Amino acid sequence: MNPRTVFIEAAYLLASILFILGLRSLTIPDKARRGMQLAALGMLVAIVGTLVHQDIVSYGWILAGLVVGTAAGYPLGVYVPMTAMPQRIAISHMFGAVAATLVGLAKWGHLFAEGHLTRPVMAALGFEVLFGALTITGSFMAFGKLQELLPGRPITFKGQNYVSLIMFAAAIGLFGWLVYEPANPVAFYAMAALALVFGVSLVLPIGGADMPVVISLLNSYAGLAASATGFAIGNNVLIIAGALDGASGFILSIIMSRAMNRSFTNVLFGAFGAAPEASAKTATGLTVRAITPEDAAIQLAFARLVIVVPGYGMAVAQAQHQVRELAALVEKNGGTVLYAIHPVAGRMPGHMNVLLAEADISYEKLKEMDEINDEFKNADVALVIGANDVVNPAARSDKSSPIYGMPILNVDEAKQVIVLKRSMSPGFAGIENELFYAENTSMLFGDAKQSLGKLVHEIKQA
Amino acid sequence: MASLEIIQLYVFILAGFVGFFVITKVPSLLHTPLMSATNAISAISLVGALVVAGGEWSRLASILGFIAVASATLNVVGGFIITDRMLKMFKRAPRAEGAKK
Repeated sequence: MNPRTVFIEAAYLLASILFILGLRSLTIPDKARRGMQLAALGMLVAIVGTLVHQDIVSYGWILAGLVVGTAAGYPLGVYVPMTAMPQRIAISHMFGAVAATLVGLAKWGHLFAEGHLTRPVMAALGFEVLFGALTITGSFMAFGKLQELLPGRPITFKGQNYVSLIMFAAAIGLFGWLVYEPANPVAFYAMAALALVFGVSLVLPIGGADMPVVISLLNSYAGLAASATGFAIGNNVLIIAGALDGASGFILSIIMSRAMNRSFTNVLFGAFGAAPEASAKTATGLTVRAITPEDAAIQLAFARLVIVVPGYGMAVAQAQHQVRELAALVEKNGGTVLYAIHPVAGRMPGHMNVLLAEADISYEKLKEMDEINDEFKNADVALVIGANDVVNPAARSDKSSPIYGMPILNVDEAKQVIVLKRSMSPGFAGIENELFYAENTSMLFGDAKQSLGKLVHEIKQA
Repeated sequence: MASLEIIQLYVFILAGFVGFFVITKVPSLLHTPLMSATNAISAISLVGALVVAGGEWSRLASILGFIAVASATLNVVGGFIITDRMLKMFKRAPRAEGAKK
């Protein structure tokens, strides 16, 4: 080992350690920020280490890439609002996958031209390009849905799952052929192209409310593609960082699926047969009780314990700051305000926590489902803001309901339930919510932000 | 299979275990920052992209390398900044309120 190699390997080892320490710091909110700064330092060390690599003979393209990437990345880091975080994360999975895939393509072309393609390297490159390419288009579709460039509902056509399955099988078949016979440009490029199309057909049929699972899964794939790059170019820090990312995305997608009581397969291929069965109870003959902001304000003003249940509707209305204002008033009157966060509320894991933290609500008040579910029976008011399926009691009682078995927040146990909702349209799953017809529930219709504004105004008057 | 690939496989699987044990302990409170953090970290593909962009294999390879470097750098810079921005927002309650715990 010459000194240069020792330096590079030491840099990679240090970077790997800093990455793991950085991720570990995320287990403790107070230490997380410091820890991630260490991880960023690790990244810098790895980059500097690589720049002295003997295979790098010219710096022109490198410098151009670093400048362009920094110029584009800085505003994406600094200016993207917290409400746009799901699509921001989705598109960054795409960029990560683009990098991994292009490295794979270039490496393959280089080895092919030199006649050095071996089977193990081909296997690694195959994984890299397969996962990378499907993550590129899949993430882009997810971004399109979250940014509302594409309709959020599932887009399906007859026999879609079969078409997807055949494409996937064909790509795997080509992959197998390539490992057997690596120097085969047609098969290689066809595999990459199939993976790109497969990425589109994988995400298009998935509805908006299932996005937390999809984003987590794409996160995992982007990591695996990075890891495969490490195998292909014999670089351990890539293998380690990719494995960490892969594991993280995988765990998150399992947590998300479990929180919806659905299997992976069901989320990915569930849109099969399109519209959700309307077999669930319909609301004929039931009436909802609408409430005026004045009356709702009085209930809130005298409440000792208020539990806020935020959902995607709060994110859409960007109402998190009004929530904080309202909570401050309740607290001033001597009440306590807690927040009940369902794991799949919103469009990505932890979506609600980020929005509420942005509004300066201390994280100790943000409670996970298991932590808060027993508190609802003590709550004077449960304030549901733009959440629907995660508070639907049908998940507990109605076996015919599509969401039966999904763990939900026990909102119906609160003494009073006030639901802020735009209109009576059913939630994503297309099912009626019995909670809205319950005796202790009243509905405050309108845009969440405006409704909260009115509540704040009324409490101040009182 | 050569011993090098076996060692790589060891590294991958052991790193996967480390990832599993560390990440199962991350509270759901921080799942969004976790996701953006792992995304920034996996932009380590930059290391591979640098070698492609600077290797002078061919004009095409250099251009692919350039795009890869730009994409990965974008994730490194943007990813770490945005993770920091998010983590900065997670605060404890001021003492006066007598926070639980």
